[in-house]
Amino acid sequence: MASTSASVEQSKKTSAWFGGVRPMDASYGKLMMWFFLLSDAFSFSGLLIAYGLIRFEHPAYTGSPADFVASDAYWPIPEKIYNAFPFFHGIDLPLVFVGLMTFILIMSSVTMVLAVEAGHRKDRKDVEKWMLWTILGGITFLGCQAWEWTHFIVGTDEGATRTVWNYISNSWETTTIYGANLRVNEYGPAPFANLFFFITGFHGFHVFSGVLLNILIFHNAAFGVYEKRGHYEMVEKVGLYWHFVDLVWVFVFTFFYLV
Amino acid sequence: MAVAVQHDDAHVHDEHEHHENFITKYIFSTDHKMIAKQFLISGILWAFIGGLLSILFRLQLGFPEMDLSFLRFLLGDWIDATGKLDPEFYLALVTMHGTIMVFFVLTAGLSGTFSNFLIPLQIGARDMASGFMNMLSFWFFFVSSVLMFQSLFLENGPAAGGWVVYPPLSALPQALKGSGDGMTYWLLSMTFFIVSQLLGGINYITTVINLRTKGMSFSRLPLTIWAFFITAIIGLLSFPVLFSAALLLMFDRMLGTSFYLSDIYVAGQALHHTGGSAILYQHLFWFLGHPEVYIVLLPALGISSEVIATNARKPIFGYKAMILSMLGIAVLSFIVWAHHMFVTGMNPFLGTIFMFLTLIIAVPSAVKAFNYITTLWRGNIRFTPAMLFSIGLVSFFISGGVTGIILGNSALDIYLHDTYYVVAHFHLVMGSASFFGMMAGVYHWFPKMFGRMMDDRLGYIHFWFTFAGVYLVFFPMHFIGIAGFPRRYYSFTAFDAFRIMADLNSFISIAAILTFSAQLVFGFNFFYSIFRGRRAPLNPWNSNTLEWTTPINPGHGNWVGQIPYVYRWAYDYSKPNAEQDGFTDFIPQNVPYSQTPNSNLPYENELIEIEKEEMLPTDTTLHTEKVPE
Repeated sequence: MASTSASVEQSKKTSAWFGGVRPMDASYGKLMMWFFLLSDAFSFSGLLIAYGLIRFEHPAYTGSPADFVASDAYWPIPEKIYNAFPFFHGIDLPLVFVGLMTFILIMSSVTMVLAVEAGHRKDRKDVEKWMLWTILGGITFLGCQAWEWTHFIVGTDEGATRTVWNYISNSWETTTIYGANLRVNEYGPAPFANLFFFITGFHGFHVFSGVLLNILIFHNAAFGVYEKRGHYEMVEKVGLYWHFVDLVWVFVFTFFYLV
Repeated sequence: MAVAVQHDDAHVHDEHEHHENFITKYIFSTDHKMIAKQFLISGILWAFIGGLLSILFRLQLGFPEMDLSFLRFLLGDWIDATGKLDPEFYLALVTMHGTIMVFFVLTAGLSGTFSNFLIPLQIGARDMASGFMNMLSFWFFFVSSVLMFQSLFLENGPAAGGWVVYPPLSALPQALKGSGDGMTYWLLSMTFFIVSQLLGGINYITTVINLRTKGMSFSRLPLTIWAFFITAIIGLLSFPVLFSAALLLMFDRMLGTSFYLSDIYVAGQALHHTGGSAILYQHLFWFLGHPEVYIVLLPALGISSEVIATNARKPIFGYKAMILSMLGIAVLSFIVWAHHMFVTGMNPFLGTIFMFLTLIIAVPSAVKAFNYITTLWRGNIRFTPAMLFSIGLVSFFISGGVTGIILGNSALDIYLHDTYYVVAHFHLVMGSASFFGMMAGVYHWFPKMFGRMMDDRLGYIHFWFTFAGVYLVFFPMHFIGIAGFPRRYYSFTAFDAFRIMADLNSFISIAAILTFSAQLVFGFNFFYSIFRGRRAPLNPWNSNTLEWTTPINPGHGNWVGQIPYVYRWAYDYSKPNAEQDGFTDFIPQNVPYSQTPNSNLPYENELIEIEKEEMLPTDTTLHTEKVPE
């Protein structure tokens, strides 16, 4: 393809959009990644708008935060739900764990920037090093998410009392619910857990794919594929994806945990 | 310099020629022209299936007392013992007709064919930016087609909740027979379809941005390419939202979540779903659904711009206005979706906002309609079949668009919502107009696709029967709608108020059968001409665009030598004084201004200097090629 060959000299009389040259010297692969991310941004927007619509169809908790008790009658206060930390059982640490997760993911974006920068210098050793750190950050984030999900599913020691339909006796009955599944949860209305699982899951799947791509890039860099090719543009393209996933997390974090 | 780059391409192209075998050439092809033909032929097959389904339910609507036992060979137990069509299967027929026509024919069949075929040929590129992804795009579409086709044969029938698949009908398998496996197949199929659209769309956009030949600036792009480019952007931004909506719906169906469902009792049993919102689905769906209307319409409009200018032998009227109106339509298409939801209990004030935005679309649409008419005005018109279909498109675009202004009123819509008035409206403005654009494209570019001509006389028969047929079907439908008859109802004879519509409904059904039969003429003409048509000359329509500078049967890589450079826009038809420069009534895009000193406009003379400095010394194709007569 024309676009994969060496860039063409740009004359001064005609603009970059005159044809025969790649505008802004962007390769087709990089353009494709940008347009894919634009598209993916709309998938996430659709989901976050769904979150907003369902959330605001439910009443908010109106009492003082100190007296908060989870109920399916209103949307919970996130700080009161996401307040656990591994090995600190029973201690109220609002948003500390998810803050740590966010920090890890953002740090992995920083190491990705360093990998891209090393790619520009064609420094194979540094690309390998920073890609490895990025992979490690991604895997750690996924591990944290696994713990977060497990805790969310298992629930608190006390659980909560809920009225549910019993299919055997065809009647409503009151039982104690622990944790969350897709039908009922101890934290709030059913869609609270549904949306948590779906959106953080959808994001987690993106992170997982990103880790796989990063491993592929690390592998290629380590085996000298990009050195032979003469450029490390693949690092840059996957870097775009990784930053995007990171950016999406900032929105997910804001919607689920902060607001 | 650019030459070196393009010489590389020529070598790549040679290698392809040597290694081609049946499978790489016809099945897993990465050549955009072959992929376009794959999309076209799948689209045509789908169109016949979709059309046949509509004939089946028109039989029920037009002749409710009819004994349909003779259809048992095709429909089996869906015809009951008394020879009546099963009411639930009627719903499935309507659903599948809509799904197939909107997505598989007018999205994949239209954009997939002509974006693939024309983008590289008209911008001067060897192929798409990524031929492999382009191939994947077709094969994802193929998988999606297989799933959708297979769902027609499920024991409980295909999806039956309407092509919009609103929950709870689509979310609860116990709601309808078609809400079971059929609905699951529908969702899976559409997921693959969206992936196919994404792969294709990214490719179209990137190719237009990056691979234009020298001189092909955006202000010289043929309007076809502008239309495909904008269509691809609309698709790229709207389909992912349907993807999200479909995923949430799958979770509700299969895993018991409550995104769209709330407090439902079925047969005295409370379902566990609480707290979801069915309206949410409608918002997400129509955020795709409305842009989708323009995804099917814009390529058709782009094609007719090209065909009308070529066959009126006049420059397109208002080239820039055409581009701006398409951009305007594209932007507006994203902010009008709730006009499909006026009667969902939406805040009436919000309704007026969406009504206002909706009515604004009439402005760019009218600009386009007037530009077509003014292009035709005092033109030296050649009524080729493609030209007739393009003019037919303009006719439908206007007569269907006018009713859109009526339906866009949130107050009038309370009465007309979900009646046959809506059905008549969108079948004219979106269905038939886009279909006519597609047909115009097929007749016009058939010689380039297959190196042969389609038969004109059969083309005229096809056009007149279809054109008359479409109006005979959809014009009376407005009256049925104004009378208040709702769409998707199995039997109107069950209501006293609608009995007087019986003869009108029979009339529509007969017209529909006639129109469908006319398509068989097209089918014969198309497939016969591929093998036995008259051999096409190099430039049968005396057209200006670059695809006609390729060999009659272009190989993979399109141009044998260097890719031609572009020196002018695509619409130099009947330029004054062109004959003094040795041209007839058209000057192709690859002719430099320095070769046409007598016909140049003052500002074009100024461009000669740039040509001399940057283009001419390296362009070797110009001096050897003669303009075909």
